[in-house]
Amino acid sequence: MRIGLLISIGSLVIVIALTSMTEAPVAGQTRASQPKNVTRTTVPKNWTPPRTSWGDPDLQGQWNSQTSTPLERPLTGPLAGKEALSEEEAQNLEEENRKSIDSAPREGDPGTYNAFWRDRGKALTRTSLIVDPPDGRVPPLTTEAQQRVAGERAERSKRGPADTYEDISPWTRCISRGWNGIGSFYSSNYQIFQAPGYVVVFQELIHESRIIPLDGRPHLPQNVKQWMGDSRGHWDGNTLVVETTNFDPRTNFRGSRDTLHLIERYTRVDPNTIDYEFTVDDPKTFTRRFTVSRPMRRETDGISVFEYACHEGNYALTNIFLGARADEKAAAEASKTRPQP
Amino acid sequence: MRKWSKAAIVIGSMAAVVSAFTVRAPTTAQAPSAARTARMADGKPNLNGIWEANNSANWDIQAHQGPIIALGAAFSMPGGLGVVEGNDIPYRPEALAKKRENAAHWMTADPEIKCYLPGIPRATYMPYPFQIVQATGGADLFIAYEFASASRIIRMNSKEESPTDTWMGWSRGHWEGETLVIDVTSFTDQTWFDRAGNYHSDALHVVERYTPMTPDALRYDVTIEDPKVFMRPWKMSMPLYRRLEKDAQLVEYKCVEFVEELMYGHLRKQPSR
Repeated sequence: MRIGLLISIGSLVIVIALTSMTEAPVAGQTRASQPKNVTRTTVPKNWTPPRTSWGDPDLQGQWNSQTSTPLERPLTGPLAGKEALSEEEAQNLEEENRKSIDSAPREGDPGTYNAFWRDRGKALTRTSLIVDPPDGRVPPLTTEAQQRVAGERAERSKRGPADTYEDISPWTRCISRGWNGIGSFYSSNYQIFQAPGYVVVFQELIHESRIIPLDGRPHLPQNVKQWMGDSRGHWDGNTLVVETTNFDPRTNFRGSRDTLHLIERYTRVDPNTIDYEFTVDDPKTFTRRFTVSRPMRRETDGISVFEYACHEGNYALTNIFLGARADEKAAAEASKTRPQP
Repeated sequence: MRKWSKAAIVIGSMAAVVSAFTVRAPTTAQAPSAARTARMADGKPNLNGIWEANNSANWDIQAHQGPIIALGAAFSMPGGLGVVEGNDIPYRPEALAKKRENAAHWMTADPEIKCYLPGIPRATYMPYPFQIVQATGGADLFIAYEFASASRIIRMNSKEESPTDTWMGWSRGHWEGETLVIDVTSFTDQTWFDRAGNYHSDALHVVERYTPMTPDALRYDVTIEDPKVFMRPWKMSMPLYRRLEKDAQLVEYKCVEFVEELMYGHLRKQPSR
């Protein structure tokens, strides 16, 4: 029984991974012209962003990007077809989200993380984190990407939920969450460090640090691929612009692959807020670029960014395999004892 | 009570370190390095850069010699003088037995083999570079290690305590003259000092001292204290060298996927072994 539950958690993880990989809608196939960014925040005139002692805009500190605003504007329900929310509606959305997480699991379901685990977030007065295209949706996949997704799905369907570690997502395996611009359910914590010529964006989830040189050096050679990509930055006024390439072929942001060219913009807009915006440009995967905007708020509740040791305590992975093997054994036994027709 | 006695030992060992430093501190005539030390705007020595120990301490922090026949010529163990002051580690007798057992089984028992976060000070002298990111004005420092994408935040002049044990320790830093001193506590008992099975308990307390020697070298002094395993505090010391390659950078060494066959291979649907 217990083993069955564990394996069902294991398969749930896989289902989620597959869903996020293939959820992007499939439609038009032409690449749209380059969009202009529609929501770039301007720093208020009456506020001067602080600078480091060597003169760079100062982004240092601990930040959190949790929100219950969805990446994509929902196609159904109260948020569908709506661009903006009132403050009250946004607050309600956050509350509903919290409640739904805390609702009791269905009978036979062991349940999972409840609101205790979730970072306290704040809903935005938008109905999607995607600000471009204007419909707030991930653009359609290219023909090539549709075929790739179909091929991967067919390949995956030949295997059980956990035949081997290769069947499990890199998240569950604690290899990497890769670059993660949209945070997570928990631990969406970041700490930014700066030194002359460098900015470091440290992501608490599975202890990932991107050390970003600002000296205009070239990217790593093309054959060197990384889970977190290879980032180069420069200042555009008060905005840190980071361009990242050299992604590992298994990189998967809504289906993207190593052809992903990521452009991020970090702008401090008040003492406690960084306006964070990123553009996903992967012409082999998406029919046009899309841009996500999500504020990062200073951690003010006394919580420190903490060590996230993942692989070191990954008992779940062992249990997922043990569960799968036990299920297989039980099925084999059952087929042996079943009377032949 | 335990805290008080710990504090006494800390103060005691710190005093010892300070006096050792005073004795060693060269006069101005002997030490042109102080004048040549790169500085931040706040006057502190600038430790920013990519550094590497370039020694064989990860094999054995004490004096050692290979070979390990099973590893052939490409990956075997070089000889080395060791980095432990006096070459003696004052193990308690029962702890020494455990060290020997670790050594006998290191190829399967060493946490490095499993790509576990390596702990401090081992992360410093593993054969991979690490990067120090230092700002001014008492801001937290960050140290990123290539191995396993390990990293640590150095909380400067902080009294904040760790909420629980950690693999990389809970690091609090302050400056003593030209030296960055980092006090590291709240370790698990799961990390080792080297492939020779030198180990510690969860009572480990590490004091690290980073002092510029030349523009491209730091002196790294470490005091190890762990009353459950050692009879008295002991020290390691080694230089750390700047990586001077043009455009040097850390390259990912995300070794979790290197070890999955080793750790989970026997749980495959069709076991590989």
